[in-house]
Amino acid sequence: METLTTRNTYHPMENLLRMDRLPHIWCPGCGIGIAVTTLAAALDKAQVDLNNVCIVSGIGCTGRVAGYVKLDSFHTTHGRAIPFATGIKLANPNLKVIVFSGDGDLLAIGGNHFIHAARRNIDMVVICVNNFIYAMTGGQVAPTTPLTAYATTSPYGCVEPPFNIPYIADSAGAVYVARWTALHVRRLATSIVEALHKTGFSLIEVISPCAQYYSRINRLGDGIDMMRFYHTNAEIRHGENTKNLDIPFQSNIICGKFVDRERPSYTERYNKWRTQIKGEDNEG
Amino acid sequence: MKADPKSVLTGVYYIDGDVAAGWGALAAGCKFIAGYPITPSTEAAEAFARVAPKAGAIFIQMEDELASIAAVLGAAWGGAKAMTITSGPGYSLMMETIGYGAMLETPFVLLNVQRGGPSTGVPTKTGQADMMQSRWGSHGDYEIIAISPDSPQEMFDYTIKAFNLAEKYRCPVMIMADECVGHMTEKVVIPAADEIEIEPRNFYKGSAEEYLPFKPGSDLIPQIAKAGDGLNLFISGLAHNEKGYPVKKDEPRGIYLKRLIDKIQKNKDKIIELKEEETENCEVVVVSYGISSRVAIKGIDMAREKGIKVGNLRLVTVWPFPDEKIRELANRVKAFVVPEINYGQIVFEIERCCDGKANVVLVPHGGAGVHNPQDICDAIELGAQKEKKSEGIIEFKTRLEKLVFEGNWSAKE
Amino acid sequence: MKPPKDSLKTGTHQLSGSQACVEGAISAGCRFLGMYPIEPAIEISNYFLERAKTLDAVYVQMEDEISALAAVLGASWTGRRSMTVTSGPGLSLMMEHMGLGVMLETPCVIVDVQRVGPGHGIPTAPAQGDIFQSRWGSHGDYEIIGLAPSTVQEIFDFMIKAFNFSEHYRVPVVVLTDGYLVNLKSDVTIPRAEDIKLEPRRYYDGPQEKYLPFKRDEDLIPRLVDIGAGYKFHVTGLTHDERGYPIMNEECQEFNVHPLVRKIRNYAEKIVRFQELATEDAEIIVIAYGSSFSAAKQAQQKAREQGIKTGLLKLDTIWPFAENRVRELSRKAKAFVAVEMNYGQLVYEIQRCSQGNANTIFVTHGEKGVENSDDILNAIIQASRENSKKEGIIEYAPK
Repeated sequence: METLTTRNTYHPMENLLRMDRLPHIWCPGCGIGIAVTTLAAALDKAQVDLNNVCIVSGIGCTGRVAGYVKLDSFHTTHGRAIPFATGIKLANPNLKVIVFSGDGDLLAIGGNHFIHAARRNIDMVVICVNNFIYAMTGGQVAPTTPLTAYATTSPYGCVEPPFNIPYIADSAGAVYVARWTALHVRRLATSIVEALHKTGFSLIEVISPCAQYYSRINRLGDGIDMMRFYHTNAEIRHGENTKNLDIPFQSNIICGKFVDRERPSYTERYNKWRTQIKGEDNEG
Repeated sequence: MKADPKSVLTGVYYIDGDVAAGWGALAAGCKFIAGYPITPSTEAAEAFARVAPKAGAIFIQMEDELASIAAVLGAAWGGAKAMTITSGPGYSLMMETIGYGAMLETPFVLLNVQRGGPSTGVPTKTGQADMMQSRWGSHGDYEIIAISPDSPQEMFDYTIKAFNLAEKYRCPVMIMADECVGHMTEKVVIPAADEIEIEPRNFYKGSAEEYLPFKPGSDLIPQIAKAGDGLNLFISGLAHNEKGYPVKKDEPRGIYLKRLIDKIQKNKDKIIELKEEETENCEVVVVSYGISSRVAIKGIDMAREKGIKVGNLRLVTVWPFPDEKIRELANRVKAFVVPEINYGQIVFEIERCCDGKANVVLVPHGGAGVHNPQDICDAIELGAQKEKKSEGIIEFKTRLEKLVFEGNWSAKE
Repeated sequence: MKPPKDSLKTGTHQLSGSQACVEGAISAGCRFLGMYPIEPAIEISNYFLERAKTLDAVYVQMEDEISALAAVLGASWTGRRSMTVTSGPGLSLMMEHMGLGVMLETPCVIVDVQRVGPGHGIPTAPAQGDIFQSRWGSHGDYEIIGLAPSTVQEIFDFMIKAFNFSEHYRVPVVVLTDGYLVNLKSDVTIPRAEDIKLEPRRYYDGPQEKYLPFKRDEDLIPRLVDIGAGYKFHVTGLTHDERGYPIMNEECQEFNVHPLVRKIRNYAEKIVRFQELATEDAEIIVIAYGSSFSAAKQAQQKAREQGIKTGLLKLDTIWPFAENRVRELSRKAKAFVAVEMNYGQLVYEIQRCSQGNANTIFVTHGEKGVENSDDILNAIIQASRENSKKEGIIEYAPK
């Protein structure tokens, strides 16, 4: 088994990143890099065989994560990271599959796949970086943009209520649901480790600053100001009912682990069905 | 009918092609745009979103491209002139509903600001590789109209024309722009509202009992209605008869389905717009569209300096294809030179129509950039010198290709 | 490479087109089907599920066709031969991922059971309306391989061909069949395992640290590895270099995309397959494919009986188009009669390659039933009476 710490290098990160692709494309003050670092730390902590982990991303700023992580990594189409990952997982159930993508990718264009993968309980860890906006294309309204917040396609303030991502995941059947901000790196790492050891659909939402678009358009300062905001406004409430996790514009962000339960995964059910059928066939 | 002054931002501007298209849509009377962010078309949606409320129009950003185009069809049947805006990957996602729109004979406009493909490709740079897709991308048989503007001014003008054609022919009209034109900033003159001609929707005005939603007029186009007119419309994507009711498996269907093609093919002369220059006495004619036609001008000038008689044919409308024009030219030129930002799409149509009478030289370009005019000039020279008729398309080997595959280029950013 | 024996139903069986399709896929080693139910492709997936029970095969019904093809691409990268089945509207939804499959050079097979379109069309009526879509339906430049079986036996045989092509050329292969053929029942002979030749996956076998996922062999095709094999490779739908890393400039676009086109175009002669009947002395050559072949053959024979020198060119591969053969024939023949169950698609390719040498007559087939050959025969007669060279396509109009 190969793990991060068994590799012999100077800096532990170096082995988990495609150093030949750096520098990355993310703007100063962005939280995605933090999420990636935390993923690396978590993979180390989780003691999983890195040869057996693969990562799938969609399109967007967070969609670029797959390209920087030194695992078998797939940069797929917009919104379709989850079904692509579903294919991988079902075809080779021994793999640990991580989907790492953004809020627009996973919840707007990929919203249907998101709920269906949770419903089927496909064994994967979905890390959703939520920065409240479409940043790659320059600041359009997202399914997570809070009411009244500005975006280039809601120039007079957002009129659409946003999604509460943990609530959707919970109601669709996820076995593990947590939310942290980019400030909570240790707790986030712990959640990722827990999710990696869980069998079934896990969702971890990571609230992340977008200094270039969301903060700038809404005049919220730069990345550090957003981190200060998280520091004063994030509230940890483990086990909170996911119904109560809306994030209104610049208000409290409730973080924590909300769901941790057991449900048979798709693969478990599928294999059970197959064994049954085979048994019947043999009898017949 | 003239444009509504509330929707026309009359004046002289220095704006990019995307913005010009957004404003053009508003001037054309578009009251509904549904879109989804995608580079390099987003600026058009943003521009429309900003000006729409003042003109009583709506912009909605949907959850994906599938939803965007579905909302556009709905808006059109709700009575609004409607459009969606996208680029390659989004365009591919729209394919199912484009066919559905063609089947329902829904007037709508689709702006595709093409980028380098396939798949995610090069999102921020140009391409012209969705041209065949625009014609053939959905399942089944149908026809569409496609326009290829080459400047911000044309993005404004031809967006209006696109709406007019959509209303007249009740079919999807594609504005097949490209990243260069979309992101190019130039002077754009927006005339006064009373100088802009608008095709009103041809609504049915007769009695509800006699209304047949798909009964064609003499021009093969039926009169349209909208939801709420009291006509109890039944509109379905199933193959349908004049009443709109589904055709059964064993019933004749050709009479209904073939009209979707005939209504464009038989009105082709009224739809096609070409720009020709010095094609009367030329030995080689360059056929191009979109941004490539601007680059071609330089290549043509270079070739003319060398004394070659070069004509320039620009396809403003690419679909329906001008078969007759190409056929006529094929009788008197030695070669067609076709620069397009793809590895051969419209060039196949040209080969088809030239009936083996002239050579066809393709100057390919994979995208993420435009042609080197020197390549176009060299291809013209090749076409002019070649006496023997070659079989099939002659693919010109560009400088870029030589650099990448024969030179010492290595893939480093 | 040979298929595993225990999966093969060697022998002659009466099978429907749907069953033959699945047996072909399984014989070709296919062990993953991702699909979404659509008429008239449902029988294929149902039968696959039936067969999957006793094999190490995965069957998954996804939430739509978009995700079905996405799952197939993902599955293929784990080393499983994978496929999806669909019909027109579903194929339209798959267009974006067709492009991803091309860009990632992922072997996979898409079975399109064509029905009348556009829109919902007539779900239960067979057609051949997705011919151009299969070639041009996704954005950007690419090439695919398209096969059109015209008998139940051919469905079986072509499924094996399809998997072999897709493994060899690392490209999505579309099998274009239709609602008539998949429901037809006929005897199908399934060979013994040792008589079936399977193209092995083109795995990389060099040192791990030197693996470049898009470094091309001499025949322009790169080598792949499975997920989990320890290579930690990266692939992306963005324009990429040999390492699979995105590079956003025109040189890399040329470097990446031109070979996607060339790896098929340069080898078109090796891929293209067709069958000919009595073309040596033929004045009129009927060109047909898929289920319209039987009626075309009938018409050709009736025309011969009437003394019209008629031949038949049946296209097994639709894409790449049998360009050279049609060009050659155009020099000998007076006219081509293009038979299609649509309102004119492949006829444009025929017209293009006839180079003005032969007339091109187009006849829409199928409305009077797939077996009916009257229109084709009449079109042949019309073609034989036309003594001058006409411009453009001559549309046969039934009386």
